[in-house]
Amino acid sequence: MNLEFSEEMVMLQDSMLKFLQNEYDFETRQSLSRTGIGYSEENWQNFAEMGLLGIPFEEDFGGFGFGQTGLIVVMEAIGKGLVVEPYLASVVLGGLLIQRAGSADQKEAILPALIAGELKLAFAYVERQSRYNLTDVEFTAEKKADQYCLSGSKSVVFNAETADKIIVSARTSGDNFTQQGISLFIVDKDTAGLTSRDYETVDGLRASELSFDNVMVEQSALVGELDNAFSDIEYVIDAAAAATCAEGVGVVTELRDKTVEYLKTRKQFDQPIGNFQVLQHRCVDMFMTEEQMRSLSYLAAIKVTEGDGVERTKSVSAAKVYLGDARSIVGEQAAQLHGGIGVTDELDVAHYVKRLAMINALFGDRDYHLQRFSQV
Amino acid sequence: MDLNYSPEEKAFQLEVREFLKENYPKDIQEKVAKGIALKKEDYVRWQKILAAKDGWVAPGWPAEYGGPGWTPVQKYIFDEECGAANCLRTVAFGLVMLAPVLMKFGTAEQREKYLGDILNSDVWWCQGYSEPNSGSDLASLQTKAEKQGDHYIVNGSKTWTTHGHYADMMFTLVRTSQEDRKKKGISFLLIDMNAPGVTTTPIVTIDGMHVVNQIFLENVKVPVENLVGKEGDGWTIAKSLLMHERTYIAQVPRSKRQITRLKELASKERYNGKPLIEDDAFKAKISAVEIELMALEMTNMRVLSKLSSGDAPGSESSLLKVKGTEVQQAITALLMEAVGYFGMPYVKESMTDGWQEEPIGPEEASVLAPHYFDWRKSSIYGGSNEIQKNIMAKAVLGL
Repeated sequence: MNLEFSEEMVMLQDSMLKFLQNEYDFETRQSLSRTGIGYSEENWQNFAEMGLLGIPFEEDFGGFGFGQTGLIVVMEAIGKGLVVEPYLASVVLGGLLIQRAGSADQKEAILPALIAGELKLAFAYVERQSRYNLTDVEFTAEKKADQYCLSGSKSVVFNAETADKIIVSARTSGDNFTQQGISLFIVDKDTAGLTSRDYETVDGLRASELSFDNVMVEQSALVGELDNAFSDIEYVIDAAAAATCAEGVGVVTELRDKTVEYLKTRKQFDQPIGNFQVLQHRCVDMFMTEEQMRSLSYLAAIKVTEGDGVERTKSVSAAKVYLGDARSIVGEQAAQLHGGIGVTDELDVAHYVKRLAMINALFGDRDYHLQRFSQV
Repeated sequence: MDLNYSPEEKAFQLEVREFLKENYPKDIQEKVAKGIALKKEDYVRWQKILAAKDGWVAPGWPAEYGGPGWTPVQKYIFDEECGAANCLRTVAFGLVMLAPVLMKFGTAEQREKYLGDILNSDVWWCQGYSEPNSGSDLASLQTKAEKQGDHYIVNGSKTWTTHGHYADMMFTLVRTSQEDRKKKGISFLLIDMNAPGVTTTPIVTIDGMHVVNQIFLENVKVPVENLVGKEGDGWTIAKSLLMHERTYIAQVPRSKRQITRLKELASKERYNGKPLIEDDAFKAKISAVEIELMALEMTNMRVLSKLSSGDAPGSESSLLKVKGTEVQQAITALLMEAVGYFGMPYVKESMTDGWQEEPIGPEEASVLAPHYFDWRKSSIYGGSNEIQKNIMAKAVLGL
């Protein structure tokens, strides 16, 4: 039994944290988020050079082979820096899906380029009516001669605007709400009939509504087995949820840290407000939540690495439930303890609070995961 | 990063499991499972069995004092297996609390005199810390020990003394000096419970049971060789005592066992024509506690992993205490809720040995409400959870 990070991972963590410290202060992040494509292509290339884009992938394709536990290190740092580059969308969702379900040719064509920063992916799985149910797929792919015809819409697809290729889930057979009959296709972003409406999200990221109007793709666009993509989708959503929990740990750590520091400096009634026990105990609640989240984030990463099964479902959902609780215990309280300044656009705290609230809904909210946990 | 045990640790786990299966007395196991009050002889019998097995009764003791000299992971495995087998928890006062103090602060004579009897459960110890007017503010304690020749004369009162009525000896914090700052005037003294002037009075707790006591000390003569450390070292010693065995404070294995018990009970009870465990609202409540427990177990393991790689322990024990007791209490509440109306009948005799009558409602239901009430103590004792939060605010957050 060993729950420490390997030396290599600690080094990666250090270099990423150093990068954030030197190149990624809050003002820089805000201006990146609010202009152009919503992030910096130069930073993305830096990430590639630092090796960050290859962390979870097998060494055969130029990755580090650190797997899901390796992602903890990057995602915690992403949370701490409120990083806007499309790591979750491209590396975690897109890359892991190809690594898990892709053919040898697809892996060879995609993963090395992705790791090198030359190619970006996005995964389109949410639909207007689907909420968190991964079997609710109305989007269709119909076989026509040697091709598939894709038609329907996908919602809130992260970083689709700058992705080179979109992976999309589609119903190829069976009734809606059944696991059987769902397939995955990979489509070039500039394919005829694929249009997108791009927008900013509340927490400063980018997403799109995608519309597929009889988009024709070759058979080679199929990712994984026809009709049997559900377990691959479920896996990658679990992996991304676990990674998001690690990001949440980073967000929560910063919020706790900033709140405690504020309490030490802000004076009212002629003394630092951190002298007041009622505020101290709230900070302790934040700290305990942070540590428990960290524990569940590690556990989820370990169980995702071990493969499919009940343990993975339970540990990911448990971590996600805790992340949902943190929205109020840490997010809302951080804003509250900062007082008026905590609800201004100017202060970074408000933006951490927003991210924490948004990732509750990402990959299923607290209620969804509590129910999922209790059903296995 | 992995959670798997090494082959040696797995072999050890099997050895412990086998040993418990063969040697843990069935009658004690049944009492623990049913939540029936345990007697002194139950504890002593089980502790002697463990002591005879290479000192397993004292997982934290080094081999030189007769302990098994286990690694942190081995201790954790042992604790886990004991929880899973519904083992009676050994009494901590001598084995877990006093013994490490004597090893660190005691004289050779004190170690010689006391450790063997603790290991063999021949002397029963109790703890004399709290006083009627000194609870969370323990350092305000007023029990006085005045030196007269080769004795201290002790006057005062100690309270909430668990199993004080069983005890032969009591380790106490007493005030040996009035002049110094309040923490500085405190000393650590060992008192014979049979000495003239010691009176033990029962306190009946909210569950109707007698476990704790108030102890009155009137001109009790205590030989000076019963002082541990120097005069004025008491507070330092008390603090070090509280730091011991931090990974066990959360009682994760016990809570896991109690969750299993809760699920078994909720599968048997029926509601709306279905097992209660299929009720969405009740199921969600169980899940919420299970998730807390999963997080706690992993936090516990992270502390253990740090200890194993040689890191000095920090103030994690406060977090483990708060979260551990919250989980324990939440489970007792759900156990009580699981039997609905049948939490109401008060059958005091059913909580002790030898009750043979027909239960009212579900078997074992009658102990669940008293247990729920009794476990309110867990967030109060050992430094209340609010005190733990004060400690974390100061030590971890620097507030």
